[in-house]
Amino acid sequence: MTDICNCKGLVSSISEYIDGELPPELCAELEKHMSECENCTIVVNTLRKTIDLYKQPTPDNPLPDEIKSRLYARLHLEDYMNK
Amino acid sequence: MSEESLNNSNISLAALKAGDRAEFARLVDATSNHIYRLALKILRDPQDAEDVLQESYIKAMRALPEFEGRSSLSTWLYRIAVNEALMLLRKRRVNLVPVEEDPDEDDLQAGMVLTDWCCLPEDELLSAESRQRLEQAVDALPETLRVVFMLRDMEGLSIRETAGMLGLTETAVKTRLLRARLRLRNQLSVYFGERLTENSSE
Repeated sequence: MTDICNCKGLVSSISEYIDGELPPELCAELEKHMSECENCTIVVNTLRKTIDLYKQPTPDNPLPDEIKSRLYARLHLEDYMNK
Repeated sequence: MSEESLNNSNISLAALKAGDRAEFARLVDATSNHIYRLALKILRDPQDAEDVLQESYIKAMRALPEFEGRSSLSTWLYRIAVNEALMLLRKRRVNLVPVEEDPDEDDLQAGMVLTDWCCLPEDELLSAESRQRLEQAVDALPETLRVVFMLRDMEGLSIRETAGMLGLTETAVKTRLLRARLRLRNQLSVYFGERLTENSSE
């Protein structure tokens, strides 16, 4: 399951490739390589998925009450604190 | 991100500029969670994050008359917060610009986990536990990588903007972003690899 990916030179391009910022010729080179290399395909696909996952919107937890109170006090906005 | 909640809350820039305190309170209400979480993620210290939170609004209050609306109000505010957080990091003498910056291919590839977990169902990928693993992986990134990752990937700054804010070259930002992303991918691959093994033995 764990193994070293031996595809030197291409790893440094995959982040830009996923962002669509890789120059076309490098892009073609990487895609050609991926069609022949299962390991690199897995790395690219799971990296893309990783980015998708952490970009999923998560509801921000509410600010802890005591932090909120101190913030509103510091800004002299106590009168407007609704909770 | 909170951009949407701010847009939905119809905060009036004119009222803010006129010094309307109720309007400023609405701005704080719509944005303070995000700023606190952002500062906490960058600084990993609740007290420092709270300082950043307070100082950001104090700076914003002072700077509002000069705000020209070239960016959205939330973007402007979050940049103030990021700058405050970076200032604190620098005070802690965190060196955000190390000497050596070459991407070392061997290092990038070392221990790369090659589990294909893309086939896992969405509810497994987006479970509370997997989110927690991801959070922990972000927290475990070294400061130099985490800051780049937060600005570029979580706050959506461009490579150029991230470079500008951190005093780095664009190449350095790209390299660090790659390293951060690969580390997160690896951590998730270990976790999802375990899930795959569990699923197949069930």
